[in-house]
Amino acid sequence: MEKIRAVNVTKIFTSHPQRALTLLEQGLSKDEIFSQTGQAVGLVKVSFDVGEGEILVVMGLSGSGKSTLIRCINRLIEPTQGQIFIDGNDITSLDHRALLELRRRKFGMVFQHFALFPQRNIINNVEYGLEIQQMDKLFRRDKARQALKLVGLEGWEAAMPNQLSGGMQQRVGLARALAVDPDILLMDEAFSALDPLIRGDMQNELMSLQARMKKTILFITHDLDEALKIGNRVVLMKDGQVVQIGTPEEILTTPANDYVKRFVENVDKSKILTARSILTEINLFAYLEDQPRDILHKMQTNKVASLFVVKRDNTLLGIVLAEVTRQAVERGDKTIANITESQVPTVITTTPLIQLIRVLAKWPWPIPVVDKENKLQGMIVNQRVLKALTKGGE
Amino acid sequence: MENSSVSADKWHYLTDKLPLDKEIDRLIDFLTEHFAFLTKAISKYLETVIEISTQGLMSLPPWLVITIFAILAWRLAGRHVGIFTILGLGLLWNLRLWEPTMETLILVVVATIIAIIIGIPFGVWSALSPMAYRIIMPILDFMQTMPAFVYLIPAIPFFGLGAVSAMFATVIFAVPPAIRLTCLGIKQVPKELIEAADAFGSTRWQKLFKLQLPLAIPTIMAGINQTIMLALSMVVIAAMIGAGGLGSEVWKAIQRLEPGKGFEAGIAIVILAMILDRITQKIGKQNSPER
Ligand SMILES: Nc1ncnc2c1ncn2[C@@H]1O[C@H](COP(=O)(O)OP(=O)(O)OP(=O)(O)O)[C@@H](O)[C@H]1O
Ligand SMILES: [Mg+2]
Repeated sequence: MEKIRAVNVTKIFTSHPQRALTLLEQGLSKDEIFSQTGQAVGLVKVSFDVGEGEILVVMGLSGSGKSTLIRCINRLIEPTQGQIFIDGNDITSLDHRALLELRRRKFGMVFQHFALFPQRNIINNVEYGLEIQQMDKLFRRDKARQALKLVGLEGWEAAMPNQLSGGMQQRVGLARALAVDPDILLMDEAFSALDPLIRGDMQNELMSLQARMKKTILFITHDLDEALKIGNRVVLMKDGQVVQIGTPEEILTTPANDYVKRFVENVDKSKILTARSILTEINLFAYLEDQPRDILHKMQTNKVASLFVVKRDNTLLGIVLAEVTRQAVERGDKTIANITESQVPTVITTTPLIQLIRVLAKWPWPIPVVDKENKLQGMIVNQRVLKALTKGGE
Repeated sequence: MENSSVSADKWHYLTDKLPLDKEIDRLIDFLTEHFAFLTKAISKYLETVIEISTQGLMSLPPWLVITIFAILAWRLAGRHVGIFTILGLGLLWNLRLWEPTMETLILVVVATIIAIIIGIPFGVWSALSPMAYRIIMPILDFMQTMPAFVYLIPAIPFFGLGAVSAMFATVIFAVPPAIRLTCLGIKQVPKELIEAADAFGSTRWQKLFKLQLPLAIPTIMAGINQTIMLALSMVVIAAMIGAGGLGSEVWKAIQRLEPGKGFEAGIAIVILAMILDRITQKIGKQNSPER
């Protein structure tokens, strides 16, 4: 089952949304509705789901409704229309008590500007969630210490928040959210206020924590690079609407429209695109039992300078080059066993482009892409790599 | 109406005077009549409290009281304030103003405590409920612009001449800053912090006691500081209805045209004000997170 499911969530910032809703039905834009009614449209029919253990990143420019969206998920903001399901239960109808209970049990939230309680020291900040659940004092101390250890802040228990650097404060923010051991982490631009180096560290740390903890994470950012780096899937938003949902690679290779295309133009694709998205299918092979003469013929008629050598079940054995094959034909060799170069660099489908480039720099021939059983899946040729890097994917 | 008050304005014959004064008198009469049992009880109770604490303070030798206050001031507000307390109270003792000073001190302290007990809940309420805010704030404006003397007049029918009436007028006069600054302090708590508290599932009371009030303490202390200062100034005025203390020393000096005596009492009030001011200010600063 999906951990979080949002269905047609709409938010109008007013207590009398009827007119704005009608105009929205008629297809008016956010700006038009604002100038006609003075009411701000936050979200328009947003639907998505987040699987258990998944990191879903919501990405959009300032004012696109990201913060509104994440706050609708735990009802810090009440959606005007639509439903939100957590573990299959519709939470939009919960009463106040049940809502508090839900927030305590299921959610941990991390804020852009940390939102640490300034009058409490670090350990008391981290304990907050457990304290309001009236947990036993020793128990919550213990939990809080574990959470601090998880984020690498042992020994800072007694410090006050304003004595810590931004990066450390956000670690405390993360520890505070983790201390209650929530199923779901809500992170609203959690790393946006940090400088780039610290930010990169925090991203890596979040990903390694996630590898161990397997929380369900809804992560907000306005930075596409960040979104593509940490998201299992990415939701792109504009003016309160979802523009595209997909894996980072899908967004880069098949942008839904010009808006997304413009966005992805400036992304450093080498880290996100993988061999899969640019591999070329192969329909010409050299089989081990083929004669050099036949192979040379195959190469000449198809105008290629090399062929991969495979067994009948597609297992990669090596590569034969046109030059060497011609010499073998002249020598009168009957098999290609001697001219098969088996020292071929291979990559797998999920190898990122940046590593492909390194291999390409040292290897002048196509690079074979193989799966776990060393079966040939396709190949990488120079040209396609360059093309992928310069344009929006394909 | 027109017979009773001679009007200089010839156009006044066009309208009868609205009987605002009579109506207010009637209201006060009504209140005194029907709530006398309550005011009498409060009066009795407060009188006892004031009397006992004054007597208690008086029964101690002045040097002991001075030492206690100096230690308190030193502990709460630092060495300088401690030294100042010794010198200041010593001077008052020397000027033969010990007794009225203690009377005034008790009046101020009791009035301030009552003002805090009333002020903080109202401040919290007006911060959390926009409705309450809209009702309470105009009343506070009214209370603060009304000349302080006016409160003395209805106090007398309610509580009789003396310290309790003075206390009543003083509390009304001094409570607005306690309410206002409590309200301000709570409203000042950043929205993001409130959101964080909400996101973890805090109840309204948990938010109030674990976040809003602790963060508002410096502002509330600033309000209490102002309340004390207002109480002190009112206590002097309240001497007109028999509150005793340093105020009545001032009044005596006025009636007998003795400027020297008047200044002595005035200086005593200033010294008391300074000690109380420094102590409360320091407490406020100590509780601010950006220490
Ligand atoms: N409380 C509110 N009342 C009225 N309008 C609001 C309110 N909160 C947000 N909005 C409007 O809703 C829209 C979306 O705001 P939101 O804060 O969700 O954007 P965001 O994507 O988080 O932007 P940012 O990157 O700046 O944080 C904006 O147009 C904003 O003006
Ligand atoms: Mg935002």
